[in-house]
This record gives sequence, C-alpha cells and structure tokens, in this order.
Amino acid sequence: MKPTLLVGALFTIMTATSAYAQAIKLADVAELSGGGATVGTNWKNGIDLAVEEINAKGGVLGRKLEVTHADSQSNPGVARAQVQKALDGEPYVLLGPGYSGSVKVTAPLAAEAGIAQIMGGEAAELTQQGNKYLFRTSFGQQSSMPKVAKYIHDEMKAKSVAVIWVNNDFGRGGRDVVIKELDRLGSKVVADLSTEAGQADFAADVGKIKAANPDAVFVYLNEEESARILKELKRQGVTVPLMGETTLIGQKVIELAGDAANGARGHVGLTTDAPVDLIKAFREKFSKKYNYVPDHNGLKGYLAVYMVKATTEKMGKVDPKKFADTLHGLTIKAADEPGILMDVTFSDTGDIDRQSFLVEVVEGKQVVKQVLPKVK
Amino acid sequence: MSNLFDLLVAGLATGAIYALVAVGFTLLWQTSQTINFAQGEFVMLPAFLMLAAMHVGAPFWLAIILGILLSMILLGLAFKLLLVDPMMRHGVLPLAIATMALAIGIKEAVKQFYSAEASPFPSVVPTGDISILGHAVSLQSIGVLVVAILAVLGLTTLLNRTSLGHQMQAAAQNPTVARIIGVPVERMILLTFLINAFLVALASLLITPIYLAKFSSGEVLGQAAFIAAIVGGFNQVRGAIAGGLLIGVLDNLAAAYVSTQYRAAVPMIFLIAVILFRPQGLLGRAEERTV
Repeated sequence: MKPTLLVGALFTIMTATSAYAQAIKLADVAELSGGGATVGTNWKNGIDLAVEEINAKGGVLGRKLEVTHADSQSNPGVARAQVQKALDGEPYVLLGPGYSGSVKVTAPLAAEAGIAQIMGGEAAELTQQGNKYLFRTSFGQQSSMPKVAKYIHDEMKAKSVAVIWVNNDFGRGGRDVVIKELDRLGSKVVADLSTEAGQADFAADVGKIKAANPDAVFVYLNEEESARILKELKRQGVTVPLMGETTLIGQKVIELAGDAANGARGHVGLTTDAPVDLIKAFREKFSKKYNYVPDHNGLKGYLAVYMVKATTEKMGKVDPKKFADTLHGLTIKAADEPGILMDVTFSDTGDIDRQSFLVEVVEGKQVVKQVLPKVK
Repeated sequence: MSNLFDLLVAGLATGAIYALVAVGFTLLWQTSQTINFAQGEFVMLPAFLMLAAMHVGAPFWLAIILGILLSMILLGLAFKLLLVDPMMRHGVLPLAIATMALAIGIKEAVKQFYSAEASPFPSVVPTGDISILGHAVSLQSIGVLVVAILAVLGLTTLLNRTSLGHQMQAAAQNPTVARIIGVPVERMILLTFLINAFLVALASLLITPIYLAKFSSGEVLGQAAFIAAIVGGFNQVRGAIAGGLLIGVLDNLAAAYVSTQYRAAVPMIFLIAVILFRPQGLLGRAEERTV
C-alpha cells in the first residue's frame, strides 16, 4: 500500500508543479488598509474579477493567470518593501500601487528589475521621469486638470476659485497643474488651501473658504477626506458650485457623504456610470460578485489585467522583457478586446488617451453630463 | 469677524467631545490610577457596535441603546475585570502599557472583522442651521455642544450633589479611610469604569457622523483627550472639561491662522508649555499629584 501512496503523492506534486510553471504570475501591491483602503480594495477586487474571467475562458495564450496581493498599508515605505518582495518572486508584470506617493518610490525598483508596472497613480510627475516600465490605467493630471480648469472657467463661469488640496504627491501635482491652468484662463485663485492626508476635522478649512467667498471651489482630496469636507461644507452652509476630480464624486464618497455630495461635479476618466455598454456590463458583474457598486479604482484594476492580456496576445508570447516595449504606442480597441471597455492608446511615456466624462452627483447618483472625446 | 465666530463654535463643538473623553480619562486616573491609552479606541468602538446592531436590523434608536449598553459591558466591566484588575498589582506603568496593547488589539480587530474602510454613520442631530447673533450656526455643532454639556452637568451633579457621588470622591481621594467609614470602594471604582464607558459611547455617537466610522479614528481623539486632560489638570474633572474645550478651540484656530500642516503641533507646544510652567495643569491641584 505504501509505495502506491508514495507514487500518488509524487504524481500530485508533479502535476502541481507543472501547473505552477505554466501559470503567468502577476504581483499586486495595493492599499488594502490605511487611508487608501477604498482605493486598494476596489483595485484588488477589479483585478480578481478580471483574472477569474480570463482564466474561465482558458487564460492568456493557454496559460492561467495567477495573482498575489500584498498590502502597502497606504504607506510608501511599506509599499517599497512589498514591491521589492514581489519583484523577488519574479512576476511577469507588477500591478499597483494606487497612491502616487507609493508609485513614486516603487517605480525605480520595477524599472531596475526590468518588469513593467501597471499602476493607479495619477500624479503628473510619475510619467515625466523617463521611466520606460511605468504605465497608467487612468489619466495623469497633466491630461485631466486642463479639462477641469476649462470647465470651471467656461461652464461654471467662475471668476474666483478656492483650491483645496491634500498635501501629498497626488494633491500637490493636481494643485500645481490646475492653478497654472486657471491663471492662464483668467480665473483668479482666491484661496489656496493645503490639508493633511487622513485629516478628520475640516471646520477651519471650510471657514477659510467661506471667508474667501469664491465663485467656485475646486476640491482635490482623497476619498474619505472628500466625504468629510462635503459634510462640513454642507454643515457650514457653503452653497457655491463644487468641482473636483474622480475623488470628489466617487461611489464611496457618495456613500459616506450622503446627501452632502449632491450637486458636486467632477471630471472623471473612468466611471461605472458611463453610458458605455461594456462598462455597464462590468458594473453588473462586479456588483454581483462583491455586493457593492465599484468606483473607478475597480475599473482600473480590471483594466490593468486586460492590458496584460491584450499586450501579451499582441506579442504572441509571454516575455516580460519585451512587454513594456510592446505596450508603448499600442492602441487597444474594445471591439477586439472587450475587457479593455473603451478604445485606449498608450503613449511612449506610459500615459493614456481615452474619452472621459463630466459627472454630477444628482440625488446620490453619478449622472454623466458630458462625454469628452479622446484627445488624438 | 464672522470667520472667528464660526471657528469658535466649531472648536467648542469638537472641544466638547474632547472634554467628554478627557473627563473619563481623569475619572479612571483618580479612582484607580489607570492611565488608559486605549481611550481613543474606546471612542471608536461604540460606533461600530451601533453599526453592527443596525446591520442585524435594529432601528437607529435601539442600536444607540444597545451600543451604549454593550460598551458599558465591554469597555467598562470587562475592561476592569479582565485587564485592569490583574495588571493593577504590577503597578501603573505595566497597566499603561497593557492599555496601549489593548488599543492596538481593538484597532486591528475592527479592521479585521469590520473593514479597513470608513463607513458612514447617521447623525442624531438633523443637518441644517439656525441663526445666532446674525451668524448661521449648524444644528449639528449646537447639538453636540448641548449633549456634551448636559452629560458633563449630569456627571458633576452626580459627583457633588449625591451620596453616591460623595462616596465615589471619598474612594478616589483616600480609599483606606473610605473603606473604614464603610464606602464600598471596589463598587465605586467599578462605577467610574461604567461612567467612563458611557461617556466614550456618547462621544462616539456625537463625533462619528462627522469623522466617519473608521478603525483608526481613535488615534487623533485619544491623543487630543490625553493632552486635554493634562493641560486641564489630570486630577480634576473640571480641569478636563476646560482642557477639552481649550484644545478644541486652539486646534481650529491653529488650522485657520497658523497652517494646516502645523495644526497638530500647536496643542503639543501648548502641552509642553503647560508641563514646564504649570505641571499640575491649568485647574489641577499640585498637592494631589502622585506622578
């Protein structure tokens, strides 16, 4: 009996190892706890959904995808350590992190290892440092902020604007571009307020906004802080139009801020409320699997995996060294790869060009008011 | 300046919550020499207990009652019996360290069993504002202030005007003599733990709609309340109230007139100044200090 058992065990180990060798390894490092938990959890769930779908249809070039998740705790230092650990496992592609500050400190590690990094950060500077391995899943601030400033000036007709931003790489990057653009267009910045990440009390900041009496307020904070300031703005009776980016009008913000989010507007690169059939289908699948409506980070994580699939299929082989070269300049059409949801083009710097949306929160729901076309 | 008025109201509202938490701090110290470094987490947890109650279908009012009762059992009774009593005989410092460990434990448990993400929390006070002296003041701020003041008034009445309160004070001031004259000292100490649990649950109910329910939200509150208690005088309930209000106002004024980056530093600098020049605290009594 014993030899049979031994052979059985050996056989099991052999089949397990061969399946392991065949799987394409992806490593994800995301904000699964800490201030960015909303970002990271959506990102992770998006990734898991895409991997499950792709594997159910036979994988990529006949090989299964296998993804590991590590928690950066929303802390750049921890993110760096986790990315190093992930790279030591020699993944095919690195996914994440979502926070720009964490991307900034981890990108050199991935570049050094020659591994492509598909991330969620939106700070302008990330793709301006000549890194050949870094790719966005959403707009960088240099693409989105000019659209925001134009909307504030042309559509909201605001002559004076208060800008409130979070004092980290993400916030500072957006603030720099938007202030420059508002200046150029002729809208005066009457208050330039920095806040801290994780800040709980916004009474004083809203007091300053009230004192500056602007025509519009541009809010550029992370999700939880956005919710807190929306509540405080309502509490102190500020009624001027509020404009922001995805982080002001995301699903999580609406859930946290309740009716204080009504009326807030934002430019959104990705939204699950987009009038696009593939995105509607994605939203349905995601909500069914996780029991909540994803925000744009869920879309970003999902897209990241499909970027891997489309690029690999374009190459016709699994080659981590050639991956980044292939993705540069690549246009992926939703007609060819439905998982990519909308036609997208990647530049030589890893930036993306895609259509985007202008959204307003109406009675607790994101309503797309305008569709802004692809730039090129 | 209308801005200053708004800042003062907002600061007093936040400060009133700090005061509730700081009062609990000083009560525990006076009766049992417990420095509770988990006090911030004690404020964070009741909101999650109430959310959990709502999750299983309880209406908000019932969830509040259940949350407060559960808090009194967990953060009052169980805290005293399972952590303070066994650690007490090892001295003040080991107990303080044990409460730090408890703080980490509570935080991680909430993160594990609930979520690391923030959750919305309903407000007991309706939103909207009323006009006071020509200024629009939010009902929420007023509500927070009124509830906190009522709680503090109730507590001081209990301590100063009732036999129970006198027994508690006797137990706190000189347990040996209190025992001789027949005060049930142990029961009095337990009562202060229950009162502390009630106060933190109340603070949780008031602050969570503004700060959102999140596992880490106790860190800021615990620190603010600790500073408030020291600034006001660790051995005085009225000192903790004054300290709480002062830190709340100071924090808001610092954010508005110094800078948001340094807002957290201003109360700290104030704390250092108080320790240097008036170590017993603004309203504390020097002779009672044992540390």
